[in-house]
Amino acid sequence: MDINQRYTPQSWPEHPETATMEGKNKFIGFWLLLAAETVTFASLFATYLALKDKGPSGMEFSAAGLFELPLVFAMTMILLTSSLTSVYAMYHMKNHNFKAMQAWLGITVLLGATFLGLEIYEFNHYVHLGFGYTNSAFSSAFYTLVGTHGAHVLFGLSWFIALMLRNAKRGLNMYNAPKFYLASLYWHFIDVVWVFIFTVVYLMGVIG
Amino acid sequence: MSSIAQKKGFGATIWDFMTTVDHKKIAILYLISGGFFFLVGGIEAMMIRIQLAKAGNDFLSAGLYNEIITMHGTTMIFLASMPILLAFMNAIMPLQIGARDVAFPFLNSLGFWLFFFGGIFLNLSWFMGGAPDAGWTNYASLALASEGHGIDFYTLGLTISGFGTLIAGINFLVTIINMRAPGMTYMRMPLFTWTTFVASALILLAFPPLTVGLFFMVFDRLFGASFFAVEMGGNTIIWEHLFWIFGHPEVYILILPAFGIFSEIFAIFSRKRLFGYTALVFATILIGFYGFMVWAHHMFTVGLGPTANAVFALATMIIAVPTGIKIFNWLLTIWGGSISFTTPMIYAVAFIPSFVAGGVTGVMQAIAPLDYQLHDSYFIVAHFHYVIVGGVVLAILAGTHLYWPKMFGTMLSEKLGKWTFWFFFIGFHLTFFIQHFLGLMGMPRRVYTFGADQGWDLFNAISSAGAIFMAIGVIILLVNVVMTTIKNERVGNDPWGDGRTLEWAIPSPPPFYNFAQTPLVRGLDSFWIEKMEGNKKGMIFAEPLGDIHMPNNSFIPFVMSLGMFVASFGALYFLDGDKPWALAVLVIGLLITFGSMLVRSLKDDLGFHITKAELLKDAKGGNTDGH
Repeated sequence: MDINQRYTPQSWPEHPETATMEGKNKFIGFWLLLAAETVTFASLFATYLALKDKGPSGMEFSAAGLFELPLVFAMTMILLTSSLTSVYAMYHMKNHNFKAMQAWLGITVLLGATFLGLEIYEFNHYVHLGFGYTNSAFSSAFYTLVGTHGAHVLFGLSWFIALMLRNAKRGLNMYNAPKFYLASLYWHFIDVVWVFIFTVVYLMGVIG
Repeated sequence: MSSIAQKKGFGATIWDFMTTVDHKKIAILYLISGGFFFLVGGIEAMMIRIQLAKAGNDFLSAGLYNEIITMHGTTMIFLASMPILLAFMNAIMPLQIGARDVAFPFLNSLGFWLFFFGGIFLNLSWFMGGAPDAGWTNYASLALASEGHGIDFYTLGLTISGFGTLIAGINFLVTIINMRAPGMTYMRMPLFTWTTFVASALILLAFPPLTVGLFFMVFDRLFGASFFAVEMGGNTIIWEHLFWIFGHPEVYILILPAFGIFSEIFAIFSRKRLFGYTALVFATILIGFYGFMVWAHHMFTVGLGPTANAVFALATMIIAVPTGIKIFNWLLTIWGGSISFTTPMIYAVAFIPSFVAGGVTGVMQAIAPLDYQLHDSYFIVAHFHYVIVGGVVLAILAGTHLYWPKMFGTMLSEKLGKWTFWFFFIGFHLTFFIQHFLGLMGMPRRVYTFGADQGWDLFNAISSAGAIFMAIGVIILLVNVVMTTIKNERVGNDPWGDGRTLEWAIPSPPPFYNFAQTPLVRGLDSFWIEKMEGNKKGMIFAEPLGDIHMPNNSFIPFVMSLGMFVASFGALYFLDGDKPWALAVLVIGLLITFGSMLVRSLKDDLGFHITKAELLKDAKGGNTDGH
């Protein structure tokens, strides 16, 4: 693999992310990592469900009383949209249109950062209500589940930004194409996990 | 980056091992550190047996005894057995599938250093205020009440080394999926490669629940969370579930590669193709699958209810079926073979009755009502030592003799090897067989002493005597290793003379690029096929001799792991309250780790090429050391 080889949209392979041996290895390896991540989140979800609404006797907080849907719904829409924009970015990556890819990734990062900001606002709001991390088993499980997802969002954002800055001047090649592809795969995974959080924590929480 | 041989100084050798991404050198690192921890765990075992040698002994205090049993179990499982098996996987599996390295050489190195620093961190607890003392299972109700930092060393140390193991698992999976030589279909893969594959899949899915459980414990103890604090609404049973969802597959992570090593040994030293290869493969997959369905059989007495207990009891008994299939296939491989009783082969033959005994007591415990009687008694101790020592440790010792020439280029002495075997094997049965009866007589596990009026004196004394035999066996093995290394008699490609698979077709130890030309595989036991057809080269090649692409060495994995090690000390002392520097240590450690991740991400690492001319020179000069 020659990193200095220049491509045109015509000479660019149809699946640049798996066109090299390194790319193929990374592709399989990353899917396997996502399998491990799935088990991680499954464990967190199971724990959350076991500890939902559990606390010291006389605890004033419950999922039904605490969660409100409007803000969380907006966060969900923002994150889902960011998944869509990352798909556009990958569409342009496959067409070897570097500038368009960078632009769509930029939009993805902005949306992701907005989501993260809203999540911090939400946590801050709960803490001010007295629902801190050490409040109860319920609060520990809630913040750990949703916070782990938030940490993944932060990592995904940092990954996108690092890739965009590093490759800003040199464009797409066979060495960095798999990296962009995997970062967007990671982003989709984060999105899917959030869909489950929205359903299991918030929707099922409001129902009671 | 030439491959010209050169004599290296001591410092250069150390630096080479600290930066290497070569799977064969990483295997040696795993073997040395795993072997070291094996000795540490063994010394702990000896101390346990000295303490229990007579009634009312005061060799160890009750508290120290708790620390020693905890560290014995934890060390032997996480820091000795698994790393030594990872050593064989690293050394042999890529050779067996005809690959030049693993899929992610950099991650291979990172996985090792994470394990290494995690293990060191855990063992530093001895010198920094006391070791963990809540048993290797670290049940939350005990662990949360434990004073000092012992438990925190356990949780943080295992988290780090667990990340390393997870990385190794992913690496092996991708290697086997993507890097097989032409013609090496899945159903032509040697059994050891197959068991590595399934064990890696188990690592992939079993370690995350443990990591989550460990994080919960860290948060509870250090940051005031209340996952397991009952008065805050927590639930200690969650720890038990998460631990055993990991813990039971862990048993198969250990035993499957052991099965793989024995499968190779039976075929080689019976000079026969494995009987029922297909059945062995599918039995391996089935064991891996069922391994995830049985975790609650460790929790029969928790009170999950008769329905849960019945389901898990049945699932547990089902596992005996694929295991039985394997046992019969091995017996029929030996049957009618031209057997040579080399050291690895006598280990393999001895393994069958020993492991079957452990399996039978396992099925006994699967009967939930009976388990209420056996639970927490020495019967359990006897059972799991029969499967772990009678299965895994015998495989490790057999594998050490079998693969030593491939890893180091010299043969261990057969004579001393057999002395090791007889001492270890007799000592093993002497120590643990009698513990079944101690358990049935009512002796509970994890007690630091017993009374003279309880009638357990004689059996405990016999058990302790057996431990001395095992220790003598291990010491003879160490003597063997030293003598072999000093004599340094080099051996050829196929020192056992009956090698069947690709690793025996190349020099011992192999050159750092393994195969100058990628081999073409024409069937199961491909080297044997070529031998039988009189092919002097031992292989036919799938490609002409040409330039080979190899990865660069890197110091980043070491630094990345060191960062985690430093950060762990910060986390450990963070909420002592009176140590404001701890937060800084935590932050600095994480900065080192994430900073080196960033460097890795931003710096292009394209590897280098070995030219055809260098390969030709190697072929003449016999250079095997590389750069």
